[in-house]
Amino acid sequence: MSDWPILSIVTFLPTIGAIFILLLIKEDNEQSKNNIRNIAFLTTGVTFLVSLILWVSFDTTTAEMQFVENAQWLGGNINYKMGVDGISMLFVILTTFLLPFCLLASWKTVKNNVKEFMIAFLLLETFLIGVFSSLDLVIFYIFFEGGLIPLYLIIGIWGGKNRVYASFKFFLFTLAGSVLMLLAIMAIYWDAGTTDIVELLKHDFPAEMQTWLWLAFFASFAVKMPMWPFHTWLPDAHVQAPTAGSVILAGLSLKMGGYGFIRFSFAMFPEASSDMQMFVFVLSAIAIIYTSLVAMMQKDMKKLIAYSSVAHMAYVTAGIFAANAMGVQGAIFQMLSHGIVSSALFLCVGVIYDRMHTREIAAYGGLVHRMPFYAVIFMIFTMANVGLPGTSGFVGEVLTLAGIFQVNTTIAMLATSGVILSAGYALWLYRRVIFGDLSKESLRDILDMDKREKYILVPMIALTIFFGFYPKPIFDITSVSVDNLIENHRQDLDKAGKLPDDIRVKATASVTAAKH
Amino acid sequence: MIYSAIVFLPIIASAFAGLFGGFFAPKVSEYVTTGTLIFIAILSWVVLLGSGFDGEALNVKVNILTWIDVTGFKANWIIRVDTLTAVMFVVVNTVSSLVHVYSIGYMHNDPHRQRFFSYLSFFTFAMLTLITADNFLQMFFGWEGVGVASYLLIGFWYKKQSAGAAAMKAFIVNRVGDFGFALGIFGILYVFGSLDFDTVFAAAPNMVNHSFSFLGYELDVLTTLCILLFIGAMGKSAQFLLHTWLPDAMEGPTPVSALIHAATMVTAGVFLVARTSPLFELAPNALAFVTFIGATTAFFAASVGLVQNDIKRVIAYSTASQLGYMFVALGVGAYQVAIFHLFTHAFFKALLFLGAGSVIHAQSDEQDMRKMGGIWNKIPRTYAMMLIGTIALTGFPLTAGYFSKDAIIEAAFVSHNYFSVYAFGAVVIAALMTSFYSWRLIFMTFHGKSRASKDVQSHVHESPLVMMAPLYILSIGALFAGIVFVGYFIGDNQSTFWANSIFTSESNHILHDLHGVPAWVKYSPFVMMLLGFALSWYFYIKHPKIPVSLAKSMDGLYKFLLNKWYFDEMYDFLFVRGAQKLGTFLSNKVDKSIIDRFGPDGLASLTVWITSRVSKFQTGLLYHYAFVMFLGLAFLLTYFVLSGGAA
Repeated sequence: MSDWPILSIVTFLPTIGAIFILLLIKEDNEQSKNNIRNIAFLTTGVTFLVSLILWVSFDTTTAEMQFVENAQWLGGNINYKMGVDGISMLFVILTTFLLPFCLLASWKTVKNNVKEFMIAFLLLETFLIGVFSSLDLVIFYIFFEGGLIPLYLIIGIWGGKNRVYASFKFFLFTLAGSVLMLLAIMAIYWDAGTTDIVELLKHDFPAEMQTWLWLAFFASFAVKMPMWPFHTWLPDAHVQAPTAGSVILAGLSLKMGGYGFIRFSFAMFPEASSDMQMFVFVLSAIAIIYTSLVAMMQKDMKKLIAYSSVAHMAYVTAGIFAANAMGVQGAIFQMLSHGIVSSALFLCVGVIYDRMHTREIAAYGGLVHRMPFYAVIFMIFTMANVGLPGTSGFVGEVLTLAGIFQVNTTIAMLATSGVILSAGYALWLYRRVIFGDLSKESLRDILDMDKREKYILVPMIALTIFFGFYPKPIFDITSVSVDNLIENHRQDLDKAGKLPDDIRVKATASVTAAKH
Repeated sequence: MIYSAIVFLPIIASAFAGLFGGFFAPKVSEYVTTGTLIFIAILSWVVLLGSGFDGEALNVKVNILTWIDVTGFKANWIIRVDTLTAVMFVVVNTVSSLVHVYSIGYMHNDPHRQRFFSYLSFFTFAMLTLITADNFLQMFFGWEGVGVASYLLIGFWYKKQSAGAAAMKAFIVNRVGDFGFALGIFGILYVFGSLDFDTVFAAAPNMVNHSFSFLGYELDVLTTLCILLFIGAMGKSAQFLLHTWLPDAMEGPTPVSALIHAATMVTAGVFLVARTSPLFELAPNALAFVTFIGATTAFFAASVGLVQNDIKRVIAYSTASQLGYMFVALGVGAYQVAIFHLFTHAFFKALLFLGAGSVIHAQSDEQDMRKMGGIWNKIPRTYAMMLIGTIALTGFPLTAGYFSKDAIIEAAFVSHNYFSVYAFGAVVIAALMTSFYSWRLIFMTFHGKSRASKDVQSHVHESPLVMMAPLYILSIGALFAGIVFVGYFIGDNQSTFWANSIFTSESNHILHDLHGVPAWVKYSPFVMMLLGFALSWYFYIKHPKIPVSLAKSMDGLYKFLLNKWYFDEMYDFLFVRGAQKLGTFLSNKVDKSIIDRFGPDGLASLTVWITSRVSKFQTGLLYHYAFVMFLGLAFLLTYFVLSGGAA
C-alpha cells in the first residue's frame, strides 16, 4: 500500500471526476443533472474514504514528511514533490470531509449550470488538497493561487446580486499578496538554490532577508486569513457566495493562510517571526475585539458569521506566533474546529435562506415554534462558536490563549475578552432569529429541516462534541510534528541569541520583612 | 463505581428525555429523570454519611479519560471525591431530586415537559462535574456547563421576550466572570506549570512573596491569581457589580429558580473559593477583597430586597445577600462556616422558592405581592412551609440558619482582616434587613385583606401532594440541618470531618475563636431578627399605610432602592449601548469609510474606470486575475529555467 502515490491519488481523484463529467455528460436535462450530481458526490465521497488511509496509516512517532512522492520536473530545479506531516495531514482530511457536504448543500439550490458548478467544485478540491500536501514552493504556489479561480467562478456565477463588487475586493486584496509572495519565492530560490520545502526548512536565511521574506509571505497569508485590517473582503465575499461557497471560504480557504503561517513564515523565518511577534499579537488582539464588536451590529446573518470568523482566526495567528506548543497546537486545532463549526453555521444560515431567500436577521424571529430541530442544531453550533467547554471550539481557544499568556499577559487579556464579546453577538443573533413569538406572517408555514439537511449537519455535531471531549486523536497526529517545530524554532533563536529568557516569578523578599 | 454513577446517570437520563422523550408520553421522561435523581440523591447521602462521619478521610479519584494532552498543557477527566465534594453531592442531588419531583406537579400543563426535565438533569450533570473536578480546566467545564443549563432554563419559556433577554443577560454577565476565571487558569498554568489541584496546591507555599509580570505590572503571584479566580466566583454567585443577572433570571420557571438560582449553581463561587483554599489562605490581600465584596453584597442586596414587590425577586435578592454572607465567611478564613451556610441555605432557600412557586400556582400565576394577601387560611400547608423557611432564613434559634448565619457574624467579628469591622457591620445590618423583608413577604403574601381580583380569589387552592412533599422534606432540612450537623461542619469534629479537603494555615484559629465572642455579639443577630420582625409587623400589619407614606416622603431613597441602585441603567448605558455604538462606528466608519475607501474601493474605482474603457465584460476580473497569475508563473518559470544552469 505504501508504494502507491496515495497523496497524488487523493489530490487528483476529484480532477478525474471532473474530467469524467466534462467528457461523458453532454445533455442538459434533469436526468443528466442528477447524474452529474451523483458522480460528483460519489467522487468526493471516494476521495474522502481514500484520504482516510492517510490517517489510518499515519506514523505518529515521527516529525518527518510521510507519503512522500518526488518526480523530477524542469531539470531538477522544481520538482513535483508531495508529502504530509502532522501539521498538514489533517487539513487534507478536513478538505476531503467538507467537500461532500458542500455538494449535498447545493443539491437542490443550484439549478443552473450544474455541470460547470460541479466541475468547479471538484477542481477546487484538487487545488485545496494540493496546497496542504505539496512540498515544493512552486507547486505550492500553483495550488495556492490556482484554487482561487474556481472559487472565484463559484462566487461570480452562482453568487448573489453584488457579486461583482465582492469579487473585485477579493481580487484586489489577493493580488497584492500574491505578487509579493511570488517575489519572495524567487528570492528564496536565489538564496537557497532550491524550492524543496523540506530543504528550505533546514536552510538558515540571513536575518535581514528573513524580515523581508516574512513580510512578503505575510502579505499573502494575512489577506487569506484574513487578519485585521485586510479583512473587509471576507464579509462581502461570504454574503455573495452561495452556501457551499461560504463553506469553502470559511472552512478551507481561510485555513490556507494559517497553514502558510505555520509552514513558511514561522518555520522558515524564525528570527523574523520572533521580531514580528508583537506586530502579529497587536493585529490579532485588535481583530478579536474589533471584529466582534462589528459582528454584533450586523444586520445580515452571513456577515455576522463572517466577522466572527475573522475574530476566531485571530486566535490562530496569535497562537502560532506565541511560539510554544500550546499556541501552535491550539492554532491547528482551532482551524480544524472552526472548519467544521463555521461551515456548519453557514450551512445553518443556508437552511433558512433556502426557505425565505433572505439573510436579514430582522426578517426572522420565533423560528423555534416551527423548526424545533433546527433550533437545537443551531444552538449547539452557536455554543461551539462561543467556545463552550465540551465543544471543539473550546479546546482550540483555551490552548491558544494559554499559549499567548505564556508570552504576553496583556495580549492574552485582550484576546480573552473575546469570550464575552462572542457570547454577545452569537447569543443575540440566536435570540433574534430563534426565540420570541412567531409573529411574522411570512414564517407561518416555514418547514423544519428535511432529511438531507439533517444528514449534513448531524455528523458535524457529532464531531464537534466528540472532539470537544476527546481531542486526543487530533493531538496524536499533530503533537510530534509541532513539538519538533517548536524545538527547531528555539534552537534557531538560540543560535541567533534571541531566545527569550524564561523567568516567570521573582521573589519579593522585602515584602516578608514589611509584613511582620 | 458509585461515584461514576452519581456523576453520569443524570446525563444519561437527560439524553434520554431530550432525544427520545418525544417518542413516549411526557410521564416517561419525568419518571426516568426524577427516578434517576432520587436514586443518586440516596447514593450521595450514603457517600457522605458513610465516610465523613467515621473519622476516615475520604479521598477518591476515578480516572475517566484523557482530555487535553499537549506539551505544557495537560488536563484529564477525573472524578475527585473528598468531604467537600461529598457535602456538595448531598446539597446538589437532594435539592435537584426534590425539584424534579416538584416539577412534575408544577409543569404538568406545559407541552414541553420532556425538554424541561432533560435540561434539569443536564444541569445536575454539569454541576456534578464542577464539584468533582480534579483540575481547574475540568472545573471550568462544569462552570460553563451550568451556565448553559441556566441559560436554557431561564429562556425555557422562549415566547416571552423578557425570558430571552434575561437568559442572554445571565450568560453574558457570567461570561464576564468567566473571563476572570479563565485568566486565572492561564495564570496558574503559567506560574505552576500545571492545572491539577494537588500539584498546584502543593507548590503554592513556594509562591508566597513571589511576584510575576501581569499586564505590565509586577504583581504578587497568589494575590493576583486568587482575585482572578474570585472574579469568576463573583459572576457565578451574583456578587456586587456582577449581580445584575440574578434578579432577571427569575423569568425562568420557579423550580429552576429554586434549584439553580438559590441552592446550587450560584453557590459554585463559594465552592470554588473553598476548593482553592490552599491558594486563598496564602493570599491575605485577596481574602480581604473577598470579604469586602461579600459584605457589600450582603448589605446591598438586602437593601434592594426591602422594597421589591415581585415575590420571586425578593427571594432572589435575599439569595444574593446570603451568598454575600458566605463570601464574608470565606474572606475571614472560615471556609467551613461558609460551606455550612451553603448547606443550610440550600434547604431553606429552596423551600422558600418552591413555597413561592406554590403561592404563585395558587394565585393563578400572579407574582406581584401587591396583588396578594389574606390567603394563609386558604393554603395553610404552603403557609406553614413558608413560615418555616422564613424563620430558618432569619436565624430563629435552633433552626438551620441560626447556626450557620450567626457563626458568620461571629467569625466576622473575631477576624483579623482589613475589612473585619466593615464586614461585621454590614452583616449585622443585613440581618435586620433580612428579617424585615422576609416577614414583609409573609405579611404581604398571606396576611391582611386579599388584593387579588375576585376571579383569582375564587381559584386559590392548595398545591397537589407531588408539589407539597418536596416542601415537607426541605422543611425538615430547614429546621434540623443546623443542629444535627453543626458539630461536624464547624464544631469540635470539624477537622476530622473535613480532613484535607479544606486547607487552613497554622495561624488560622478562627473556628476556635468564634466561640469566645462577647455576649453582645452573640445576641446581636437575634436582636436584629426580632427588630426586623417587629418593624415589619408594624409596617405591614398594624399600620399598612406607613410604607406608602414613607415611600412618598423619602422618594429619592425609595426609587434608588426600587431601581436596584440604578446598576442596570448604568451598565446599559456604559456597556450595552457603548458596545453597540462602538460596533456601529467601527462597522460603518472604520471598515467602510477608512479601510475600504483607501484600500480596495479606491483602487477598485480606479480599476473600474479603466476597465470600463477597455472592456464591458462583467466577469473580466477573473481573466485579469488569471492573467496576472499566469504572467507571474511564466516569469517565474523563465527565471528558473534560465538561472537553473547557473545556480
